[in-house]
Amino acid sequence: MSTLSDTTTPAAAETAERARRAPAPRTYRGLSDRALAWIFVTPVVVLLLAINIFPLVWNIWLSFTTYRANRPGMEVRNIGTANYERLLSQEDVWLSLQHTAHFVTWSLALQVLLGFGLAWLLNKNFRSNGIWTTMIVLPMMLSPAVVGTFWTYLFQPQIGIFNAILAPFVGSTQFSMIADAQLAPWAIVLVDTWMWTPFVMLICLAGLRSVPRDLYEAAEVDGASSWRQFYTITLPMVLPFLMLAVLFRGIENFKMFDMVVELTSGGPGSVTELANIYLKREAFEKWRTGYAAALAVILFVTVFGFANIYVKVWTKVKQR
Amino acid sequence: MKHLFAPAGAAAMALAAPLMFSAPASAQDKELTLCWAAWDPANALQELGRDFTAQTGVEMTYEFVPWTNFADRFLNELNSGGDLCDLMIGDSQWLGAGAEFGHYVKLNDFFAQEGISMDDFLPAAVYNYATWPKGSEEYWALPAMGDAVGYVYRKDWFARPEIREAFQAEHGRELAPPETMSELLEVAAFFQGREIDGQTRYGIALYTERGSEGITMGVTNALYAWGVEYDNPDQPYEMEGYINSAKAVEALDFYKQLYECCTPPGHSDAYMTANLDAYKSGQTAMQMNFFAFFPGIAKDEVVGGEVSGFFVNPKAEVESSVLGGQGISVVAYSDKQDMALEYIKWFAQPDIQKRWWALGGYAVHNAVVEDPAFPSSTPFAAQFLDAMSNVRDFWQEPTYAELLQAMQRRVHDYVVADQGTAQEALDKLIEDWNFTFESVGKK
Repeated sequence: MSTLSDTTTPAAAETAERARRAPAPRTYRGLSDRALAWIFVTPVVVLLLAINIFPLVWNIWLSFTTYRANRPGMEVRNIGTANYERLLSQEDVWLSLQHTAHFVTWSLALQVLLGFGLAWLLNKNFRSNGIWTTMIVLPMMLSPAVVGTFWTYLFQPQIGIFNAILAPFVGSTQFSMIADAQLAPWAIVLVDTWMWTPFVMLICLAGLRSVPRDLYEAAEVDGASSWRQFYTITLPMVLPFLMLAVLFRGIENFKMFDMVVELTSGGPGSVTELANIYLKREAFEKWRTGYAAALAVILFVTVFGFANIYVKVWTKVKQR
Repeated sequence: MKHLFAPAGAAAMALAAPLMFSAPASAQDKELTLCWAAWDPANALQELGRDFTAQTGVEMTYEFVPWTNFADRFLNELNSGGDLCDLMIGDSQWLGAGAEFGHYVKLNDFFAQEGISMDDFLPAAVYNYATWPKGSEEYWALPAMGDAVGYVYRKDWFARPEIREAFQAEHGRELAPPETMSELLEVAAFFQGREIDGQTRYGIALYTERGSEGITMGVTNALYAWGVEYDNPDQPYEMEGYINSAKAVEALDFYKQLYECCTPPGHSDAYMTANLDAYKSGQTAMQMNFFAFFPGIAKDEVVGGEVSGFFVNPKAEVESSVLGGQGISVVAYSDKQDMALEYIKWFAQPDIQKRWWALGGYAVHNAVVEDPAFPSSTPFAAQFLDAMSNVRDFWQEPTYAELLQAMQRRVHDYVVADQGTAQEALDKLIEDWNFTFESVGKK
């Protein structure tokens, strides 16, 4: 409105005329939108190639060699699939994969059960709901290395709170979960569950809060029981969220390293030596770089393969 | 392979250049960085270094890293050709890699030029802390810090009449610091679970750590005491029948028995600091630890003075102790090698070595250890000399880290996690070690 009225003054009219006569902005006829897009995207692509794709390709190449990173002058020989053959025939490698499978399976199962249960409870309207939610999510805000370290103190037989709490039930505090070869694999599951259940809970809570209320009202009108409402409305609606949480936690736990190293160093013996701890020891303590690169490829393919299949299933569930 | 890094290296240099040249050149030129472990003797060395600064005007800076990360941190530094450290007090086992991979400067010409003679140091120290190949006259370090694994015991508890009577009644002999491995087990078992001053006490704090080198440093106390060899002395790297011999199995079984019967609950991942804590807090009657910690224990408010006594590794078939300690080397990647050599020349002087001992460092110069007053200079000096006369070390091969990790896994699997038998653990260890030696062409 004001612009229109401005052009009515002589000065404004002159300015408008000057602008009309001015040469049009220079155009770059040779540069299409597509080319322009490439100019903007290229730095990112180069960066991705440099920090993701190149290391991956180089790692795959190293896995077929005798390369040792601590021996700069050593001749690097191509040995074909020998590293892979040795890896797959090594009992220690299979043991570390078994330990990883145990850890991933049980920690996921517990976190899903407890996370969903907590979300279910927190989804009810009650006083101090917000405070409880904040308290429950605190563990996941800590660094895994810090969690691993302070749980070693909680598990201490003499001064540990964990043992003191258990004492009335087991009759003694003179044991340590992380020092016992039978209990240590469960100790790492327990600590991971303590730390990451809130994460699963938060995602489930988001899922629960996204379910439209009118579905429940309609179900009530139809006379559906609470149990029927749960498995015909709640569970299908929350399932995509739950599956997403399982995907995130599954990938994270498959890669688990820091918390377990601080807690048990992979011991006692090697009963909590997860695949990534084994990999780190081969790569950066024993310096068998080529051999470790082969294990890294196997682990990458495994987690990538599982994740891909899982995402396809998840997409189907979402579309249902 | 190297050319792949060249562009990245150039870019990094370009980015780092303004930072590198922004500091005043004179301050940089007169500064040396010494890398070592973070422990009691490092504080003594820092104190000693003030004299060097006063005399030469060269500022000393220190990179001290806790033992559990020490090898990881500094071997990575050396392997990557880093110039963080001008001087490195590296573990004795690093000498092979330091020499063969070009991390350390060879010191023969320097020693000859400056009149520094290896005859002035304890022979075991020269052999273990300075030479590669072993026993040759090629020197890659100056012996800096003698050390071995020894034991500390609660002298005050051992002297109590009621405890002595109970021991006499139980074992028919006087309670005394153990001289044999069977006595060590007997004494540790005697104290295990015993009520003293209203508290439950335990026998002994052993090395059981899994992550770095702890349990190997512990188990080898038993292996050496049983006279076990790693390989055939006449056919190097032939290990069958040596490291898995009947004697080795017996020694490993002994260590497991000692761990199971006589350590505090939960003592399954313990190394130097954990043992110190267990002992100082009054949990255990004895602890296994390096002599390097003994000056601190002798001065401790709670367990120092007459409260603690010291003894060397008890014998089974032979007298032998596990070697600790290090030599000081000049890092080949340092651009201040002349100044670093100046420090070594200064450090090798008899007077400085005497002051080093007085401050709490374990000098191994003859001017110190051959002094008639040396054995009585501290409550543990005589034991230190005794231990240093028969020390043995782990493999000092360039592949030592790989050999060490294999042993950590196999013995921890058996001793702490109770998996398999001692024979199986040692047989698997030979498989691992054979693979290592074969992969570098030594077998």
